[in-house]
Amino acid sequence: MISVKFFAMLKNLTKAEAKQYNIEGTITLEELKGMLKKDFPALEGVFASRSVFISVNQEFADKNTVIKDGDEIGLLPPFSGG
Amino acid sequence: MPELVRIQRENFSIEAEMENVKKASKGIGAVVTFLGTGRDNSKGFEISGLDFEHYPGMAENKLKDIRERALKNFNIIEMGIVHRIGNIDVGEDIVLIVAASAHRNDAFMACEWAITELKRTTPIWKRETTKTGDVWVSETP
Repeated sequence: MISVKFFAMLKNLTKAEAKQYNIEGTITLEELKGMLKKDFPALEGVFASRSVFISVNQEFADKNTVIKDGDEIGLLPPFSGG
Repeated sequence: MPELVRIQRENFSIEAEMENVKKASKGIGAVVTFLGTGRDNSKGFEISGLDFEHYPGMAENKLKDIRERALKNFNIIEMGIVHRIGNIDVGEDIVLIVAASAHRNDAFMACEWAITELKRTTPIWKRETTKTGDVWVSETP
């Protein structure tokens, strides 16, 4: 099982704090986005505008990142600390 | 001695944080600080309060990473970073960066770099309370 955590305005948008998925083997970031868009259609625009970072096990993911069972995914809107 | 890099709800003492950094070495001859505070306005709207959320674990690690890279890439002796989360009133302190070096220029450069890097890489989000409701801030300059 993987856990996807939502933060800040993405919690409002999805009306959820987290979502768990059972996966077999590994999946790509694009496959994960597809799963999320199916469950949370409001994320379609977020992914299209690229105004979101994705972390895997608390490290920034890139297009080559592979997601495996047990991973913690973060859906991170643009930061505004400081 | 408190950790040099922390995220906490409670307020911090600028003087205590500076002293904490100065303990690193008697070779310190310059201390530069950046203090971020809560403004009462944003993009033309009146702000009555702020609320900061972070990604526990990842945010702390990103701040520690900023300190380590600052120590590696700038000629500084020590750096401290404290960021608050939770509800913060207008006028209260939000974030403090303390850079210490032998000479002032290195501390100025490291401090400016660190706050810019914090805004770029650290998963912390600000929500502003206005008269018309709460607004998540997507990016800050």
